Amino acid sequence: MTDPVPYRPLDAGAPPLLFPEYGSTRLRAPHQPPIAIPHTLTETTGPTGCWDRLMGPAAADLTAQHKGEPIGQRITVSGRVLDEDNRPVSDTVIEIWQANAAGRYIHAKDGWGAPLDPNFTGAGRVVTDAQGRYSFTTIRPGAYPWGNHKNAWRPSHIHLSLLGPAFATRLVTQMYFPDDPLIEIDPIANAVPMPYRQRMVSRFDIATTQPNHALGYLFDVVLKGRDQTPFEEGGDHG
Amino acid sequence: MADIALEDRNPAARQDNQDPAIFGQTPSQTVGPFFHYGLPWKGGADLIGKSDMGARPELFGEDHYVLNLSAPTGTPTGEAIELAGIVCDHDGEPVVDAMVEIWQANAAGRYRSADDPRDDIAIDPHFVGFGRSSTSEAGEFRFRTVMPGRVPGPGGSLQAPHIAVSLFARGVLRRLATRIYFAGSDGLADDPVLALVPAERRDTLIARRDGEGVWRLDLRLGGEGETVFFDL
Ligand SMILES: [Fe+3]
Repeated sequence: MTDPVPYRPLDAGAPPLLFPEYGSTRLRAPHQPPIAIPHTLTETTGPTGCWDRLMGPAAADLTAQHKGEPIGQRITVSGRVLDEDNRPVSDTVIEIWQANAAGRYIHAKDGWGAPLDPNFTGAGRVVTDAQGRYSFTTIRPGAYPWGNHKNAWRPSHIHLSLLGPAFATRLVTQMYFPDDPLIEIDPIANAVPMPYRQRMVSRFDIATTQPNHALGYLFDVVLKGRDQTPFEEGGDHG
Repeated sequence: MADIALEDRNPAARQDNQDPAIFGQTPSQTVGPFFHYGLPWKGGADLIGKSDMGARPELFGEDHYVLNLSAPTGTPTGEAIELAGIVCDHDGEPVVDAMVEIWQANAAGRYRSADDPRDDIAIDPHFVGFGRSSTSEAGEFRFRTVMPGRVPGPGGSLQAPHIAVSLFARGVLRRLATRIYFAGSDGLADDPVLALVPAERRDTLIARRDGEGVWRLDLRLGGEGETVFFDL
C-alpha cells in the first residue's frame, strides 16, 4: 500500500492552547509541545455513511422539537462545508448546540438566571449534501455572563462540531453574529488572532432570509485540505 | 449598487466568514462546559453493545433528550475490551467536563471508511469504530469496544494495535489528539509512531491491564506524566 496523502497542518488562524486571558486554559493547556507524526490510515480515515446509525436522524429545525414555538428571533443558518482548496465536503455531519434566546442553556450546571424556554432544547444535527451544502433553522441565541473575569459576557454564538472526512479534520468551533460588539472583548474569540477571527463571524444575507419567517445567515466551514491523491507509482511510464 | 433596488440589497460588505480575502481553515474553539445535551449520545461509548454508556442524561431534563440511543445491529467480531481512565489537569484534579472521542480499526485492522482502500480486509458490519464518552463527575471516561487489529504505517511498516483519541474540554481551545496503545501487544517495540515519542514519555500512551478485559490509561493535561499529544 502506498502511504496515504497527509492533510495539511493547522494554519495561522488556529488559536494557541494557552491563552491566559481565557482562564481555564491555564490549568488545561499541555506544557509540552505536541509531537508531529506522519499521517497513517488512522489519521486519514474517519467514519463515513453511518451518521444516522451513530447519532440518529438529522434534526435540522431546532424550533420544531417541542409542542410550541420557542421565543426568540427565528433564523436559518446555511452555507457549505469546504476544504481549504475550496472543494465541497459532502456527506459530513455538523452537530449543533446553543443557548436559548435569553442566553440560557438547558444544562443543569448553567447557573445564569435567565429563563429556560420549555419549547427550546438547542441541539441539532445536519448532514451536508453532494455540494457540501447544509442548512438549519433555529433561534438566535442570547449573550450570557460567565465567570472568566469581572463583567465577562460571551457574545451570541452557536457551537458547531464537525468530523469531516478524517480523524485529522476533526473540528469544534463557534459561529458568531456580525452585529455583536461582545466579540471584540471575548477571550475565547480573541484566542484567534485577527483577521482570522472574522472567519467565525457569519454574514447576514437577504437572499436566504425567508419573507415573514426567518432571517438568513451564511456560514461556511472550512476544513483542512490535502493535495490530490497522486497517480499510483509505476503506473504510467509509457 | 445604485442599480439594485433597496429591497434586494445586502448591507455593505464587511470582513466576515464570506470574505474571500480571509478564506481558510475555520479556527477551533472550545466545546465549553455545556455540550452534554448536544454531543455525547446514549450508548456513544459502547461500540459493541446496547448500554447507554457515554452520555450524562442527569445533566438535563428527559424532555430535552434529542440525541440518539445507539442501535447496534449485532455483536462485532473480536476481543471485547473495556477502556477507561481519568482526565486530569495540571494539578491532578479530575476534569469533569471533558469529552473523549475514539476512532479505531476493527479486529481485523480495517477502518470503516471510504478512505481505507484495502478491500481485501473485510469491514465488520456490526462495528463502526467511532465513539464518544463524556467524563463522569470523577473525571472518568469509559468505553466498551474491541481490541483493534494492526494497520499499516509509513513505508510498508505495520503499526501496533492502537486507538486514536480526541480530547475536548472547557478551557481546551483546540482538539487534543493522542493515541492509546496496549501493553504487551505485538509490534509495540517497533511501532513507527511510538518511535517518534521520547522513550521516557511513551508510557503515557500505553494502557495497562486492570482486570479481565479491562484496560486503563489516564489522560493528563499537565504535571507529572503529562500525556503526549500529537501535532496533526
Ligand atoms: Fe456556549
